[in-house]
Amino acid sequence: MSMHHVQVTINGKSHEADVEPRLLLVHFLREKLNMTGTHIGCDTTSCGACTVQLNGRPVKSCTVLAVQADGMEVRTVEGLAANGKLHAIQEGFHQEHGLQCGFCTPGMMMTSAALLEENPHPTEDEIRHGISGNLCRCTGYMNIVKAVQYAADKMAEKVEA
Amino acid sequence: MIPPSFEYVAPKTLSEAVAALGEHENAKVLAGGQSLIPLMRFRLASPAMLVDINRVEGLAYINEADGWLKIGSMTRESTVDKSPLVREKYPLLADTTSVLSDPIVRNLGTVGGNIANGDPGNDHPATMLAYGAEVTAVGPQGERVIPITSFFVGLYESALAPNEILTEVRIPTPKPRSGGAYLKRERKVGDFATAAVAVQVELDAQDNFVSVGIGLTNVGLTAIKATAAEDFLKGKTATDENIKQAAQLAADAAQPIADVRGSEEYKRSLVKTFTVRALRLAVQRAKGG
Repeated sequence: MSMHHVQVTINGKSHEADVEPRLLLVHFLREKLNMTGTHIGCDTTSCGACTVQLNGRPVKSCTVLAVQADGMEVRTVEGLAANGKLHAIQEGFHQEHGLQCGFCTPGMMMTSAALLEENPHPTEDEIRHGISGNLCRCTGYMNIVKAVQYAADKMAEKVEA
Repeated sequence: MIPPSFEYVAPKTLSEAVAALGEHENAKVLAGGQSLIPLMRFRLASPAMLVDINRVEGLAYINEADGWLKIGSMTRESTVDKSPLVREKYPLLADTTSVLSDPIVRNLGTVGGNIANGDPGNDHPATMLAYGAEVTAVGPQGERVIPITSFFVGLYESALAPNEILTEVRIPTPKPRSGGAYLKRERKVGDFATAAVAVQVELDAQDNFVSVGIGLTNVGLTAIKATAAEDFLKGKTATDENIKQAAQLAADAAQPIADVRGSEEYKRSLVKTFTVRALRLAVQRAKGG
């Protein structure tokens, strides 16, 4: 079978590799690049644990082929913190205890971060709808919603300051 | 789960994509991939060749022209969902995309893929039946127009030839005093419908139905056009009594089977209830409410 050369910019850094067409983006990240921050949850396009941003939009990386990402930009949970400082959404999950086991957290944060970039002041309803493709089996979502609200406030503060 | 091996091409033009489909036995089009890639992971589908049309230019757009809303087949569901034009003038389509799978899947899933897949659990088929839409397909002989009423042939089977690509979906621009609605029961966000009903109506000045379209999701081998219910309402006044009688005819047209989502009786009952509610909402919207 044929191999395909791909170049993907991940968290601002260019990566190149020869891959089989059947390699899923999540396996490319975790197994080829050892970036294990992105989790594999259900393997059925249901749970959203593997969510990454592809050209700025959240996608389930278990349902994208690595070859499809050729020439594109991927942002993973490893790319959220910058200059040794947590991203507002990470700080929100920390401060509001938006997790228990933490398995859904990377995907949850990649979706919420994109949501806040598109809609900096979401209502509770908009947050709940926005994260409805990401499943959490621990928290009951209460603290996740609070974490996103915390991040929205934090990001607004930064813009105003 | 890892799909079986396959060959892959990502052409930049439609003619190259059509040619690639013709050159290989068991080639499949990769659109948004949100149904096909899971099927391949489960090894329920094992195409020898994927023709990825995500890099083909000019297949993603939404515009109104010549009395139609024209949607390029590679338009992402999230783009339709957020379109001000769709939200303002096409409430049935707006309703449909807002409950179609989940917000992350909608970022990649495409309108064309949702229709071409031929899955009775997909949401656009019933909506397009209610709208009286048509689709265009391009193959080696060029483009042809297929009315949506003859598009869904069977379970995962459509009128598309193996080397044809669905390129555009066209919805008739609604006349004044038109309205629509899509109501869906799902066990959780992202699940296929237990049952869903799509309704599009047009009223005259006396609140009589000028036209009625009713489509049913996931209660048969294909999406179902509830023609007996539509014919019953045409020319009649939009009263609750008439709506309830039509809903019974829609429920009679459903061919559900019992599965994990519910019994046959439950699904038929959902169709009846949702047809009443969707017709009421469509009428309310047609009156400007």
